[in-house]
Order: sequence, then C-alpha cells, then structure tokens
Amino acid sequence: MSQQSYPSPLPGGGTAGELALTFDRARPLRLLIVPALFDEANRLRRLTVEVMRRLDAAGIDSALPDLPGCNESLQPLDAQTVATWRAAMAAAAAWFGATHVLALRGGAALVPPGLPGWHYAPAKGSAILRQMLRARIVAAREAGVNESQDELLALGLVEGLELSGHRLGPGLLADLRDLAPEPGDRITTIDQDMLGGAGLWLRAEPDESREQADALAAILAIGMKPAA
Amino acid sequence: MASNTDLLLRRILTDVLGLKPGQADRFTADTGLFGHLPELDSMAVAGLLTEMEDRLDIVIEDDEVDGELLESFGSLLTFAEGKRAQA
Repeated sequence: MSQQSYPSPLPGGGTAGELALTFDRARPLRLLIVPALFDEANRLRRLTVEVMRRLDAAGIDSALPDLPGCNESLQPLDAQTVATWRAAMAAAAAWFGATHVLALRGGAALVPPGLPGWHYAPAKGSAILRQMLRARIVAAREAGVNESQDELLALGLVEGLELSGHRLGPGLLADLRDLAPEPGDRITTIDQDMLGGAGLWLRAEPDESREQADALAAILAIGMKPAA
Repeated sequence: MASNTDLLLRRILTDVLGLKPGQADRFTADTGLFGHLPELDSMAVAGLLTEMEDRLDIVIEDDEVDGELLESFGSLLTFAEGKRAQA
C-alpha cells in the first residue's frame, strides 16, 4: 500500500494534489474506488482498505482517492459541489488508468462515465442529507434548541450549513437534494444481501467484517478477470 | 407472540448499534435505550430513525422525536406499531 497524489481540477483552473491510497504494481486490472460520503466514508474505510488488500493479493491494482474537501484534502469542503467531486473522480480515473470502478453508497452518483464496474449499496443524496440534518436536530434538542429539517435546509441553501462537523456550502446542499446514483449499462449493483450481515455504514461506531471484505473482494475479482 | 414490527425493530437496533448477537433478543418493554446504551448518540439516533423509515416503511416527523420516544424499547415499539397501523 502506498500514498500517491493525483491532480484534481480546481474550479478556477489549474489543479491541486489530492491523496489517493493505492496498491499499484502497474498491473493491467485497475480498480478506481469512489468513496462513500461524509461519515459513511469513515465507517466504511476499513472495509474498503481490506478489500483493496485482498484485490492486491489477487493481482488487481486499486486506488482510493480522496474527494476534494474530505479526508486529507487541503481544499475547503464548503467550496465543493457535485461537479467538483465528479471532476476529481474523472481526473483520478485518468491518472490511475482505471479499467473498472467501484463506487460506495453516495459515491455511486460521482462515478466517471464509461467505466464498467459496480455500485455497492448505492444511496441517494437526499437520504444521506436527511440523516445528517436529523443528527443535528437531535443534538440541538438535547441542548434545548428546536430546529426543523425544512428551516435548516432553507437557511443552508443561502448561508451553508454545518452538519456532523462538515461545513457544507449552499451549492453542495442543493446538489445533494437531487443526487441519485446513475446506473449505466456497464454498472452492476451489489446489494448488502450479497455480502451477508448488516451494512457497516449503519454502525454508530466504525467496525470491520472479514466475511464482508472476502465477499466483496470475490465479487470484484471474479468480475474483473478477463474471460479465459 | 412477538409482532413482525417487534422483530424488525430488534434487528434494526442490532444493525445500527452493532449489538452482540442475541443482545436485542433480551430487550423487554422496560429496557432503557437513550442514555442507557452508550452507542446511542445523536448520530446513531439519526441513523436508527432513518433505518426505521426504510425498513418499516414509515415517515417520522421531526417533532415526533423526543426523549420519551427513545426512553425504552417499549416506547419505541409502541410508536413504530402505531405508525405502521396508520400507513
């Protein structure tokens, strides 16, 4: 495993380096992994990296790029929109020479066009946003403050909004409301049932599952192997 | 006999809170939730409600979420069964 930097386009022109975790031995089968969004990315990170380790052992290279504004990124999150994230994932795919793509949860709507691959448990932006709004409302209520989803969103679409420690700009909030996975002809959906057990993105505390990592890696490795 | 909602709710709590197998089977109506289970913070409450909406096919309004709702397994189950009866 190594850490590399990929050139992610900036909205005003030029590029900025963003981190990508890679298993790269210049092999022909190359999987780009589009991360899940916000807290779900953290909760799924161990599963994701465990899958990458298994693919490495199976002779498949993989890259897990940061979304600009997330994880190790130096870019401000509140300047990001779905367009900047899509541009970053397209740039990462080109830089890595990806032959296939795996998108996790909300990342399914950010997949670069044209690549064959998989959506794992794809989620709509509106569902992810609803949950984050709700977490804020529950926390505020404990502090004796009443907030509602409609009021928060209306305010956020003008001023931006802090949700679960993430400072989201008006553009990204507006985008998230309508964001939906785009199943292409060459994309297969992997439902949680296929891995067994409950989705790790649901967990209040990050957890891991060897069985789920084995199952997901097997689906990917079998799907990526060229027909004999 | 336990209702279908009862079983689903135990399953959802297990999945969201990462409870040990069998732990939720031992919940009674009086088992305390919010303030009793360390895993159940505000983020987990949000996840729990969203999963309940998905799997029980109900809609939970903001103003229905208060301390009493999550006080015990019994109060949450009564709420969920009432919601499903309306649906």
